[in-house]
Amino acid sequence: MTENQGPRDEWPLYEVFVRGKRGLNHVHVGSLHAADDEMAVRHARDVYTRRNEGVSIWVVRADAITASSPDEKDPLFAPNGDKVYRHPTFYAIPANVPHM
Amino acid sequence: MTASPTEDELQAGFDATIGRNDRIEPRDWMPEGYRKTLVRQIAQHAHSEIIGMQPEGNWITRAPSLRRKAVLLAKVQDEAGHGLYLYSACETLGTSRGELTEKLIAGAQKYSSIFNYPTLSFADVGTIGWLVDGAAICNQVPLCRTSFGPYGRAMIRICKEESFHQRQGYELLMTMMRGTDAQRAMVQESVDRFWWPALMMFGPPDADSPNTAQSMAWGIKRNTNDDLRQRFVDMTVPQADALGVTLPDPDLRWNEERGAHDFGQPDWDEFLQVVKGNGPCNAQRLAHRRRAHEDGAWVREAAMAFARKSREQEASA
Amino acid sequence: MNEFHQTPSHSAPDPSHEDGSVYDGLLGTDSSQWAFGTDFEDPLAGVDTTVPDGVDHRMLAAYCLALADDALVFSHRLSEWCSNAPDLEEDIALANIALDLLGQARLLLARAAAADPDVVPVLPEGSPVPAEDALAFFREADEFRNVRFVEVPNGDFAHTVARVLLFATARLAVLDRLTGSRDAVLAAVAAKGVKELTYHRDYAGRWFLTLARGTEESRRRLVAALDQLWPLYPEMLATHPVEAAAAEAGVGVDPATVAAETDVVLEQVLAMSGVDRPQRASLAGVDGRTGRDGLHTEALSRMLAEMQVVARAHPMGQW
Repeated sequence: MTENQGPRDEWPLYEVFVRGKRGLNHVHVGSLHAADDEMAVRHARDVYTRRNEGVSIWVVRADAITASSPDEKDPLFAPNGDKVYRHPTFYAIPANVPHM
Repeated sequence: MTASPTEDELQAGFDATIGRNDRIEPRDWMPEGYRKTLVRQIAQHAHSEIIGMQPEGNWITRAPSLRRKAVLLAKVQDEAGHGLYLYSACETLGTSRGELTEKLIAGAQKYSSIFNYPTLSFADVGTIGWLVDGAAICNQVPLCRTSFGPYGRAMIRICKEESFHQRQGYELLMTMMRGTDAQRAMVQESVDRFWWPALMMFGPPDADSPNTAQSMAWGIKRNTNDDLRQRFVDMTVPQADALGVTLPDPDLRWNEERGAHDFGQPDWDEFLQVVKGNGPCNAQRLAHRRRAHEDGAWVREAAMAFARKSREQEASA
Repeated sequence: MNEFHQTPSHSAPDPSHEDGSVYDGLLGTDSSQWAFGTDFEDPLAGVDTTVPDGVDHRMLAAYCLALADDALVFSHRLSEWCSNAPDLEEDIALANIALDLLGQARLLLARAAAADPDVVPVLPEGSPVPAEDALAFFREADEFRNVRFVEVPNGDFAHTVARVLLFATARLAVLDRLTGSRDAVLAAVAAKGVKELTYHRDYAGRWFLTLARGTEESRRRLVAALDQLWPLYPEMLATHPVEAAAAEAGVGVDPATVAAETDVVLEQVLAMSGVDRPQRASLAGVDGRTGRDGLHTEALSRMLAEMQVVARAHPMGQW
């Protein structure tokens, strides 16, 4: 893993997934920066759920995600097939996610 | 594996996606001009949210009721969140928040000129909510359908919150108008000061807006400046009536034939001056942002150092 | 395109003809994101505000004011961070803490006013200013009952981290006991506050450790900040006669009774962080009087001058 993602040792980017209530999938809700995993969870709670209890949060470093298309410029895959967490279908149910 | 497609084929695929009104996603091939335009626009938008925290933040410590203080703090907090979503959207295009922030404080990237106007009374909190957030909504709602996926998704979230911002602003002004003569005068004075800058938020007249056509073809921008400005005026006039304030434009009247309001033009020379950096608060806003960023450097570094040490410790354990 | 379409419009003019459907949905009625609602409501509406049998209502009000003013004044200091934090995520986090404390203050001020209307400053006949605001904006500095710990001006981020840690640790211990108060309102406020303060303490504790073990500079700043705050800290855990009386009556908590458990928590954080307990004597009062007696530092009246300026200019105003 690389530490340097930007100028001056910038905090790495994390992707945030939230499960609004039991029985649902975790849904990608956005990104944030944090120095480490624990801080990322804390930030996610503050930024994306306003600390609503009963919400399950997953965070993962963006550079740790393996996508079906590893090459940024790889044109052989149809749009949206890679970087699954950015797939629009992940946004079909945010109505069930409190405060979203 | 087949041979890589040519540039022409990639361009054709991109054009077809845009043509279908479909979304472009981060890993899709895109023309360099499209990417650059997006980075510029999203960054500018993100910077506006962050710089926009200052004029309203200016009144948090003087809010005259605890409820207003809570609402204002929550609102300015929302703006930090909006900036965060937008920087994230921008980061999918291969830039970083730190890089964008450096560009902002170096003056290399712009933000909305409205925030270079001062907030001089508590009524400005309401006026900003009503007029400035109102204008922002007109600008932003079409962007929920913008062609770049992450930008559109960020905008959906932002617009949802923005509509509450506008409501709380309007509600503050309504409450003040029911109050004392001094409060009513405060509201009118504030509206007088913000009306023209609010109209400037839609950008220069179409005739003087060189980038509009390409941005519209790419589906980054969905409406022209003048078109949005007209919608804003038409939306705002009845709200002003209901509020009991006068909009400071002697040329403002309903045009039956057009089915829309005629209205005067803002002082575009002043607009140009503000855009160039000579507005009442340009230097102050940038200095504030620069100071916050630089004052925070040791904290960000400390967190990185801590994370590194923790990982090393774990590895050796 | 998205789920917001399903919500019908309840709103005023549609600014964007063909984009109308998007706009409609966006103006839905879900206001859950507003921590404090968008309309004015009596924060104690529906809660039984009867003073429990045998409890002196003046004493109860005075006790509520002390708890309220700690939260109000510290919330104000934290709100000064807005747009000044080290990063956006921290800006949002500090605002959340400030909003939590402001919420606690509002409930407690309203409770004080309900228990003893005489504590509310008298405003001109017909003034629409609600009791919580009369208390917040129309009292003089010497009528505030907060500890001096919360009123001193902000320093750097390390100063705020240390202050939140000490404050949240002590207040959490107090509110945890207060959930058993005979006063239904105080018990309810405490139950809500416990969850909030647990989060504040964790947030600050984690940052305390991070700064202590981060860089040389962060450690130096943190140690200096702790040293600076330490003399003010004992006041938070000292027994004031009002607190003793409230504890005696079963409505309040004597902070001295939670001093030991507070100290254990603090010692854990200090030990993990490798930071020594500062060797500093506590800040003296004046003629024995301190914050809880209305005897403050020079910083408070200055802070209030700013906080109260608009409200005081419009005693008949409504906001």
